[in-house]
Amino acid sequence: MAAITADTGGRRFVDTVLRARELSILAALIVLVAVTTAVNSSFLSTQGVKDIFLNASILALLAVGQTMVVVTRNIDLSVGSVVGLVAFASGKFVAGHDRNVLLVLVVGMLIGAVCGLVNGVLVSFFKVPALVVTLGTLYVIQGLDYYWAHGQQINAADVPASLLDLGNGSVLGIPYLPLITVVVMVAVGYYLRAYPSGREFYAIGSNPDAARLAGIAIRKRILTAYVVSGVLAGLAGVLWLARFGTVVADAAHGWELKVVSAVVVGGVAIVGGLGSVYGAALGALLLTTIGSVLVVLKVNSFWQDAIAGALLLLAISVDRLLALRVTRALRKRNARHGA
Amino acid sequence: MSESPPILALKDVCKAFGAVRALQDVSLELWGGEIHALAGENGAGKSTLVKTLAGVHRPDEGQVLLDGRPVEFHGPGDAQQAGVAVIYQEPTLFPDLSVAENIFMGRQPRSKFGRIDRGALRAETAKLFERLGVALDPDRPARGLSIADQQIVEIAKAISRDARVLIMDEPTAALSGNEVARLFTVARTLQDQGCALLFISHRLEEIFDLCQRVTTLRDGRYISTELLDGLTADDLVQRMVGRELDTLYPKQETTIGAPVLKVSRLTREGVFTDVSFEVRSGEIVALAGLVGAGRSEVARAIFGIDRYDAGSVEVGTVELSGGSPTTAMSAGLALVPEDRRQQGLVMEGSIERNIGLTQLRSLRRGPVISRKVERDRAADWAIRLQLKYGRLSDVVGVLSGGNQQKVVLAKWLSTEPSVLIIDEPTRGIDVGTKSEVHRLLSELAGQGLAVLMISSDLPEVLGMADRVLVMHEGRLTAEIPRDEATEETVMAAATGQTRQEDVSGRASSGQRSAGSEATEVTKEDGALGAREPRSRQRAQGGRA
Ligand SMILES: Nc1ncnc2c1ncn2[C@@H]1O[C@H](COP(=O)(O)OP(=O)(O)OP(=O)(O)O)[C@@H](O)[C@H]1O
Ligand SMILES: [Mg+2]
Repeated sequence: MAAITADTGGRRFVDTVLRARELSILAALIVLVAVTTAVNSSFLSTQGVKDIFLNASILALLAVGQTMVVVTRNIDLSVGSVVGLVAFASGKFVAGHDRNVLLVLVVGMLIGAVCGLVNGVLVSFFKVPALVVTLGTLYVIQGLDYYWAHGQQINAADVPASLLDLGNGSVLGIPYLPLITVVVMVAVGYYLRAYPSGREFYAIGSNPDAARLAGIAIRKRILTAYVVSGVLAGLAGVLWLARFGTVVADAAHGWELKVVSAVVVGGVAIVGGLGSVYGAALGALLLTTIGSVLVVLKVNSFWQDAIAGALLLLAISVDRLLALRVTRALRKRNARHGA
Repeated sequence: MSESPPILALKDVCKAFGAVRALQDVSLELWGGEIHALAGENGAGKSTLVKTLAGVHRPDEGQVLLDGRPVEFHGPGDAQQAGVAVIYQEPTLFPDLSVAENIFMGRQPRSKFGRIDRGALRAETAKLFERLGVALDPDRPARGLSIADQQIVEIAKAISRDARVLIMDEPTAALSGNEVARLFTVARTLQDQGCALLFISHRLEEIFDLCQRVTTLRDGRYISTELLDGLTADDLVQRMVGRELDTLYPKQETTIGAPVLKVSRLTREGVFTDVSFEVRSGEIVALAGLVGAGRSEVARAIFGIDRYDAGSVEVGTVELSGGSPTTAMSAGLALVPEDRRQQGLVMEGSIERNIGLTQLRSLRRGPVISRKVERDRAADWAIRLQLKYGRLSDVVGVLSGGNQQKVVLAKWLSTEPSVLIIDEPTRGIDVGTKSEVHRLLSELAGQGLAVLMISSDLPEVLGMADRVLVMHEGRLTAEIPRDEATEETVMAAATGQTRQEDVSGRASSGQRSAGSEATEVTKEDGALGAREPRSRQRAQGGRA
């Protein structure tokens, strides 16, 4: 069939465009690292690289959860406050006791799950717009955290060594943190790609009306997305404590926007239906690297936010442009092939 | 009939949307092994009935019966579980997912550990497309598919369900002969396997061709159910409309004036080549051809939506710069696009807003838009086109398919253009309104409007056009004057066949005088022949 081969050409074009996102982030990363190393050779030291990966791990973990939500055409702005709350709560939980690391992780993730559940129920069952719901829970959780913390802080001395080891130790030279992130990322990515229920997240974001007509359990999926995002935020909270030891009430303050930027820069369409957790994680790595580069180049730290913002705008414009291009390419093929 | 109860039935169902009573005491029985037609004008309640059967709407009163027992579908999922597959009137695809995923969403073939078996997914999709006789790539995203292909994906989706009941809401509206024939073959196979089918179409020939029994609705009310055997098309129209219909194709004789639209050597790389023609004031020119011949693309280029690589477009004495719909509009050009959902209407906007959209400037009273003038104009057009609606402030999205088409028409006609390009003017429009639209076009032409009409409906082309232009694979292949245009001449040019055999065929049938063969504009060259694969060719108008 002649048309099949011709169509394949078009598909390859579309595929290339989609994969180009991940590749172009990689390219940007390489250029960034190369230039910075040329200016300051200590940038690429073992410790430097390790620091970047450690710092990116928590952001990437959050980006993975956020991807699941954004793909369904929703958003979770409460993740930053959940990280703060869980970091503080698990600090309180371990302070003065020698708790099992696993138990701490479970408690943290449970707290996150509850937060995610509240978001999910409000968005999916009560049909309140996601932006409003999660903005609300962001402030509520933050308020709760501040009220509870009341100016106290958790000190590294209170945290059991086994937990601190999770945040800073490594196995075979690879630190635990990025290891955990990669495992979670691959698991979620595989699920979204290879399982029928995983594809439904994309279907919902791509066309909610059609998803309803197709009999997809929309509310259940959206609820799941929020719970996953909450659980991962909880996990991130415990890891935060494990990595830094010292936790004040406003840990991870303002991170929600960082996470959303990472996701969008990583090629997940903010209108849903498109994008992968791998892209999102790469986006997180890129943003973190830029942060470190600015430190090394001794650029004032508030530029970091401006640059993250500019990158976000760039990503959104590129997305828009690419979407138009792809649509046009696909349509042009129709005209040629008599469809 | 058989002893067993109907597979799916409605009993005294009522459904209202606010003040609009879409269904009132409607009953319907779908029996295994039978194809049942549902007929009615635009807004009669056909799609509402379909959605009630599909579990999208729940009846306000009355029951849905499955195998004779009352059931309550709490959502489309329940109806699917019960073996009901539906092709909705408006395509419901996921643009970001592949065609194969669209078809099998929720029912993907699995391999070990419940994963999706991508190989099988692709293979099964390919098999479905083969059965339907189309060459679509299972892996391409649904975004950018033409309406016809979207419709085909919907059909594939429905038949892949192996359902006991298949409901088809105007599945053929965007299709031409070849695919319609394939669809009918598939439908008959399902019928032989004992499925119950419900078929909706505004093309009465299709109903008579495919179905055994017909139920008619009028204004949401049940009129009749009867066997089609022994029924005439006029009877059916009478049931639908409630009155005798006036003559079809009320073409007025007009005086044809000077050329107002001049298109010369228009070319867009890989889409259409060297297209030249003129449309004179008072003239209706039809642009015929197979789906995908490049007709809509030419229209879009003329209007400035798409760019062209070479050639020129003149309206009156003004040469358009190209690429600017605003310039085209102020030069007096209007385009009624093919795809009303994406290009024609703001679905969330009200009826009056949509009609007023093209003439914001003339609606201005001082610096603000006058709501009153907007409303008056909209009301005026609503009456002229017999629009069926609740209030003019209702959003367009809830109108029935045919009524949405009327709003698009009103929107553009109210700009009072000097050249009207109209792409499939009566797609999805019922018989009564169809002749109303034709009368309107004819009347406007009588007042000096130049009309370029793209149509896949062959009777419409032959009935309305003063001149027929035919496109084949991106080129203009023939120009046929009204008195020489027949089904054969147009079809021959549209499929790129040589003219000789047709002429002799026509001569022997004695329909036309000798020497009435079509004037060829461009010789068909074989060079482009490969562009449109055989399997994709759609015999346009073949249903007539
Ligand atoms: N969701 C809705 N809200 C409000 N009114 C609606 C809704 N759906 C349908 N209607 C109204 O119900 C009536 C019947 O519409 P329906 O779509 O069933 O007509 P139809 O017979 O399918 O017409 P067509 O041939 O044009 O497709 C119309 O007046 C329409 O405006
Ligand atoms: Mg309808």
